[in-house]
Amino acid sequence: MRTIRLLALLPFAALLIGPFFLNRVEPTILGLPFLLAWCVAWVVLTSAIMAIIFRFDPTNRDDLS
Amino acid sequence: MNGALVGIAAAALLALALGFLARRGRQMGLGQWTVAGRSFGAPLVFLLMAGEIYTTFTFLGGSGFAYGRGGPVYYILCYGTLAYMMSYVMLPPIWRYARDHGLYSQADFFASKYHSRWLGALVSLVGIVALIPYLVLQFKGLGIIVEAAGYGTIGTGPAVWIGAAVATAYVMMSGVRGSAWTAVAKDAMVLAVVVFLGIYFPLHYYGGVGAMFAAVEAAKPGFVVLPERGESAWWFASTVLLTALGFYMWPHTFGSIYTARNARVIRQNAVLLPLYQLIFLFAFMIGFAAILQVPGLKGADIDLALLKLSVETFDPWMVGIIGAAGVLTALVPGSMILMTAATLLANNIYRLAHPAAADRHIVRVAKLLVPVVALIAVYFTLAGGQHIVALLLMGYSFVTQLFPALVLCLTKTRWATPAGAAAGIVAGVAAVAAINLTHTTVATLFPALPVAVQELNVGLLALAVNVIVLAVVSVGGRLATARLHAQEKPASR
Repeated sequence: MRTIRLLALLPFAALLIGPFFLNRVEPTILGLPFLLAWCVAWVVLTSAIMAIIFRFDPTNRDDLS
Repeated sequence: MNGALVGIAAAALLALALGFLARRGRQMGLGQWTVAGRSFGAPLVFLLMAGEIYTTFTFLGGSGFAYGRGGPVYYILCYGTLAYMMSYVMLPPIWRYARDHGLYSQADFFASKYHSRWLGALVSLVGIVALIPYLVLQFKGLGIIVEAAGYGTIGTGPAVWIGAAVATAYVMMSGVRGSAWTAVAKDAMVLAVVVFLGIYFPLHYYGGVGAMFAAVEAAKPGFVVLPERGESAWWFASTVLLTALGFYMWPHTFGSIYTARNARVIRQNAVLLPLYQLIFLFAFMIGFAAILQVPGLKGADIDLALLKLSVETFDPWMVGIIGAAGVLTALVPGSMILMTAATLLANNIYRLAHPAAADRHIVRVAKLLVPVVALIAVYFTLAGGQHIVALLLMGYSFVTQLFPALVLCLTKTRWATPAGAAAGIVAGVAAVAAINLTHTTVATLFPALPVAVQELNVGLLALAVNVIVLAVVSVGGRLATARLHAQEKPASR
């Protein structure tokens, strides 16, 4: 299922387009200004998405060379 | 000798010891020296990548940028994340091709894919021109850290000479293995120090992260988000995209892909490395905490925010630990850059003049070039001057110009020609230089366009020039050859 790689488009959309609409201080999250919290959240989510892609990527099963 | 100096000296000795031990009786042929025999598993590739990507820029620049310019600094958090994401798809084919063809450098990749040693030489020239200022930045950072953390007992000059000597010694001895093993100490220490400071400063001075941001927001409204004009969301998006494209185009970063044992190692790193980006969150906190505590730093001095605040806050022994971490952050990337620049010079430029030279001979030349490159960088570091600063600003944009030619040789239909790739890179680099030297922005070029377009990163323009020239020369070249063939055919029959 290579289509699962399309998940990779989400962080691009979130980090490139998000700031146009979310450039604000309030509400703060864990004390962080909202824009910073948004970026941090997507850094973590990116890693999670990569883990999902890695898990389901068939090339990782036969490509141990 | 005070406590701070002991810490700094210990860091230099530790780097030297780890760097020498990394060799462990191996014969350092070209393959071992440059790419560690393509033997690294996921942990060592992770350390090597993190070791060279997170530099004095992370330590001093990340906090300094937050201190001086506020919200726009968040771009640093984002571009690396997107670059790692792209690496999942882009890097495994590069790694596989490099293994199958026995490549050692980034320039080798272009030379082999486009069947042109001259293109390889051009790519290595662009790389070296970008790498030297990057190395100077590391040495400069080293000097600043040692001077501040040693309370002025060691000046910048001696610090830079000692640092350069240490890196040169272990790079000549152990090559990329030396960088990987010193990265073990560096990453552990830097991560610990930056995370600690990023938590401690807001707590100590403000009582918490929320209170700190509230205080900064009260003093400077809107400082912790993007401004309406200038470094706006348009600037942010275009800069994140542009820097993400250039990320893996740095010759030393590109080259470290080759050290992986298999393609899976690279994919595993694409999953894990985004998390390392979080170190910037803590670097930002240090910078934001410094705004109200050590106010008044301007211009290039904003990079001193972390050190100034540390010296004001802690006893000398703690400053020594911070200084030691700072020294390692300069040495590890510095050593990778030294090795890469020397390899490019020996393998892709020297070899051009001596095509029959054996690898055994090339590696000897490369090792001898390490101190030469180090001396050049030391000279520029100590001579100072604005030119090197200008070069550094251009460095990232220079290597980004390699991106179109790289992507086009990874696709199945290969319409880009060597001449097209070379012309595109030359045009792109020239555009970057012209833009930077004349301080052009999109606004000065196109005053009539809407503000949103004017705030786009001007680097996109250079990339566009590159792609257009590449396309025109490639397609033009192919049409001309096709016509020649068409004319020749009847004659040959």
